[in-house]
Amino acid sequence: MLFTPNMKLADMVASNHSLVLILQRFNIQLGFGEKSIREVCKQYGIPDSFFLLICNVYTHPEYLPTQEEIAGTDMSPLIPYLIASHNYYLDERIPHIENHLRRIADACLPVHRDTLQKFFIDYKEEVVKHFQYEEVTVFPYIEKLNNGEKSKGYSIHQFEKNHSNIEDKLGDLTNIILKYLPGDIMPKERISLLFDIFQLSSDLNTHAVIEDKILIPFVETLEKL
Amino acid sequence: MKKRILLIEKSPIVATGFATILQKQATFEVSSVTDNLSRISERIVVDHPDLIVLNPALVDYSKRNTFRSLIPDAQNIPIVALVYHYFDQQWLRSFNGVIEINEDAEKINNQLTDALNSFTEPAESSELYELSDREREVLVELSKGLSNKEIADKLHISVHTVITHRKNIIKKTGIKSVAGLTVYAMLNNLME
Repeated sequence: MLFTPNMKLADMVASNHSLVLILQRFNIQLGFGEKSIREVCKQYGIPDSFFLLICNVYTHPEYLPTQEEIAGTDMSPLIPYLIASHNYYLDERIPHIENHLRRIADACLPVHRDTLQKFFIDYKEEVVKHFQYEEVTVFPYIEKLNNGEKSKGYSIHQFEKNHSNIEDKLGDLTNIILKYLPGDIMPKERISLLFDIFQLSSDLNTHAVIEDKILIPFVETLEKL
Repeated sequence: MKKRILLIEKSPIVATGFATILQKQATFEVSSVTDNLSRISERIVVDHPDLIVLNPALVDYSKRNTFRSLIPDAQNIPIVALVYHYFDQQWLRSFNGVIEINEDAEKINNQLTDALNSFTEPAESSELYELSDREREVLVELSKGLSNKEIADKLHISVHTVITHRKNIIKKTGIKSVAGLTVYAMLNNLME
């Protein structure tokens, strides 16, 4: 069942715990008591239709908002939301995983340690580039469109084409840690690292879904105006 | 109980006709029909068919050689081709049976029964999981940064074979990126 504005915010989070991550990206503080989604959104000046759209896509992978729903939603918080997500990945999750991985790599043979670290440093660079492309090229393009300016020579289809996959390598890292590092190397740390990676993968996956199901159709509508 | 068939066919006339013919027989029934190849995995999980009957025209030409591996859930289920166009015989031989559109009920029944009886599930030996020597060689060259073409020249095999090895390496290890495969090669001491 899709979430609605009259639902208690606490009930929504209870039904999908990952939504606590979303609250942070909208700068909604915890301690909201029994307030409804509508009340909390009003308090923070967030359009509740947009907030619910994100929470619904995040929770129901099969949910595909229609063009009308997208056209009828105030999309002004979309880009700030996406940038807040990028910052969360780059400033919090990836450094956390990196530290964790470093401790595990330090327990390996030097040659294995160096390979593992190089793998992660390269991955991090790839993610930074991926986000930078969006923030430097794609988002400003969308903001211009939204202000009624047409830009020649770029369209969202180019973004779709260049939209690289940044989840594959996390899957590779999962397999390496799970299957191929010798079993006696920091078993407890590894399990906890695996959970961190699973969580980041699933979050990145949803992030990509939001871009595919919300951002792209929204920009397509703008381009037709 | 009747054996359940998942039918993958676009034409409602053919699909309905096929299901009706089987209804009059005791052995098989069409438990579900789809015209969309990408729904196979989902139908298999939901319906648990004993057999798949597929119109080969629905398989994209470029995927003919690999389409079986694209549906891992169907590895243990025989697939019979339901044919009313001309297809390359060699390709039709990769199916577990072939039904021609003009065949009668008895012949159809026999074809389906044969396909079911002669089908043996792929053996689950560790050979299917561990990398072969050749796959290891390809993996090492990949880790050194060589392209498919360069690897083909170096190992005296075709580019097509290199690609097949790469697919198998990914399938067995679950590692998709060259960077990840390099870590694998190092951890397994495959690099000198």
